[in-house]
Amino acid sequence: MKAFNQPGRWEKFFWPLLAATLLLSLWHYSVLWTATQVFPSPLSVEKGLAELLREHVLWSDIADSLRRVALGFGTAAALGIPLGLMLGWYPSANQVLNPVLQILRPISPIAWVPIAIVLFGVGDHAAVFLVFLGAFFPIMVACTSGVSTVPSIFRRAGRNFGLSTAQILARVVFPAALPQILVGLRMALGISWLVVVAAEMIAVDSGLGYLVIDSRNSGKRYDLVVAAMLLIGLIGLALDIGFRRLERIKSVRWGFDHES
Amino acid sequence: MATETGMSLPVRDLKLRMERVGMAFERDGKSVSVLEDINLDVSDGEFICLVGPSGCGKSTLLNLMGGFLVPTQGSVIIDNQIIRGPDPRRILVFQERGVFPWLTVEGNIGFGLAKLSRAERRERIDHYVQMVRLQGFEHTFPSDLSGGMQQRLQVARALAVNPDVLYLDEPFGALDSSTRLILRGELLRIWQRERRTIIFVTHDVDEAVQLADRVVVLSARPAKIQNVLTIDIPHPRNISSARYLERRDDLLKRIGLAYTA
Amino acid sequence: MKLLVRPFAFIAVLLVIWQVAVNRDTAQLLPGPFGVVRGMGDLLQHGLLLKYVVASLFRVTWGFLLAAVIAIPLGLTIGWHRRAEMALSPLVQIFRPISPLAWIPIAILWFGVGDLAAIFLIFVGCFFPLMLTAMSAVHNIPAVYVNVGRNFGLSTADFVYRVIYPAVVPQLIIGSRITLGIAWLVVVAAEMIAVNSGLGFLILDARNAGNRYDLVIAGMIMIGTIGLLLDLGMRSLERAKSFRWSYSED
Repeated sequence: MKAFNQPGRWEKFFWPLLAATLLLSLWHYSVLWTATQVFPSPLSVEKGLAELLREHVLWSDIADSLRRVALGFGTAAALGIPLGLMLGWYPSANQVLNPVLQILRPISPIAWVPIAIVLFGVGDHAAVFLVFLGAFFPIMVACTSGVSTVPSIFRRAGRNFGLSTAQILARVVFPAALPQILVGLRMALGISWLVVVAAEMIAVDSGLGYLVIDSRNSGKRYDLVVAAMLLIGLIGLALDIGFRRLERIKSVRWGFDHES
Repeated sequence: MATETGMSLPVRDLKLRMERVGMAFERDGKSVSVLEDINLDVSDGEFICLVGPSGCGKSTLLNLMGGFLVPTQGSVIIDNQIIRGPDPRRILVFQERGVFPWLTVEGNIGFGLAKLSRAERRERIDHYVQMVRLQGFEHTFPSDLSGGMQQRLQVARALAVNPDVLYLDEPFGALDSSTRLILRGELLRIWQRERRTIIFVTHDVDEAVQLADRVVVLSARPAKIQNVLTIDIPHPRNISSARYLERRDDLLKRIGLAYTA
Repeated sequence: MKLLVRPFAFIAVLLVIWQVAVNRDTAQLLPGPFGVVRGMGDLLQHGLLLKYVVASLFRVTWGFLLAAVIAIPLGLTIGWHRRAEMALSPLVQIFRPISPLAWIPIAILWFGVGDLAAIFLIFVGCFFPLMLTAMSAVHNIPAVYVNVGRNFGLSTADFVYRVIYPAVVPQLIIGSRITLGIAWLVVVAAEMIAVNSGLGFLILDARNAGNRYDLVIAGMIMIGTIGLLLDLGMRSLERAKSFRWSYSED
């Protein structure tokens, strides 16, 4: 029962563009007004971005960050999904493991840096390990809760039709839990992106996070700092949108509707 | 005695008039017509039921009458004024979850009474708690009430602000049949005491024949008024009397027609 | 009681495995459970532990509250007006994936190294999640409540105070719990880079100044425990409110 004030389709582009333009102008004029020597204006950020693109360093940095995310996220999924599904299916196992997990979960992956460096030394492996830590818990929790919230009606129906436990898991429980698992994976991907950038600021010397810190440390190039930040935001957004596309393909097949 | 149209009532008695009302919605760029050429006169204090096939637009019609929607054609006139939006003089009772879960029974009934003095409000609340027979539950939260009690609470909240018109959108639809019977009786009792204009949407034929002065039958989408059936049986209506059954059959036949219209 | 036995037994087993692994490791880099306990005793003795815990909590509280006071009303407003959401949502979506830590250079530029920078980072880390929670909470208000509010002819102020606010509070509390968890993660990381006190700094410093891995792990356990306590605290708040305002997701 909404009033008949439906926005037109053109408005989907108009309003964000307007907001972005206002924001950019505000930014530009504050820089001019305060006559700051250090903080970059939108134009200098743009130039900085072009500079980065020309030097090949940027592409390898992006590739490094994405690679670490892929490895860490992939490993977390490979381990977390089966473990999470099992814990969801056997609540007694969940009871045993849960307290340990609840204490480990609030520890920022970054707090693991010293341990990571001891185990893997400074470099790629440490970063991948940190990404793994960041993604592992959300994925596992999503799988566990996805399985445990499958209505028992479904399980009973499976048994009614004479399916074995393995079949019930594969043909009933897993598809029913899939939307929730996918949402958990998407969130874990977002977290992975946050962690890899943070990890690269401390524990490695390549990648977008490193670019941010290095641009400041070696020459106070705040234009590059902001350019790198924007890139981080855009790539993170692209990862999220890409994953949502994936979700929608699956969701359409299973007929689920998920907005989150 | 069924009248084919709903018009021609003395103006002084007239509470609500729908004049050539039509309603269309935009769906995916196309215009979908839900209601067409609805003309209806309702007099003050009348009990009207709207019936029709599922999805025909009964609720849409009710929302138009309540001012929650603006008709794409025609106008809704109440007390000789074209209505332009929702108003506390015309309260809508919803099928489900209409009461505020964060307020007690008292809090909900008192919701529209903020402008009254404390004493007046107290009096009003007590009066309506009694009327819907929720005494003893004044400080209870809706989550601790049964479905039937929640609907009673909604009715009390609606009546507390002394509306001219009461709209009820399948209010008993989510309840079990015995509760429905009880609440129908309660609604009639309240209506006979406080004589407001009531417009009641239902898909239950028995409900319509038990409650209404006139039953408006809507056709399938795009809905027009198919018939208006007058139930001139005095209350209390004996549901096994021949008169009642005759009306009921008549209505069933007409709704049967509505499905093929 | 039986419920507690098994998890504790499991933890005990893990500790044993840990101790054995440490004993067999000739390089002796990482300490075993006993070493960690001794390390914690050390910290308590020097009074550092309490000081650092307070510092971290202080920053979290301020960063979170500042973010809440601005982001929640803003989010509620944006969620309500569709055009405002169309305008600002894309911008929020771009800022959200930027790790708060990536703001460190700017934080240091504006606030120098110290408490304010850390609070700023936590503010950034909390701002977008809280705003998105508020927006989603407004979207999820059942239309019935809005229509009843309109029906009873409430003024705008009344409407916000008596319908919108009570309807969104349960979801806001859940969102706040999650965001508080995020804040706790951010503060630890921020302290490892941008400040000179707090639990995160403790971890880094313990390693840098003498490879005291026993203190590192002790610090990590403290971080985990406090984070868990914060989470449990918020959950009990959730339960208190939902108990009264429970309209479950059905």
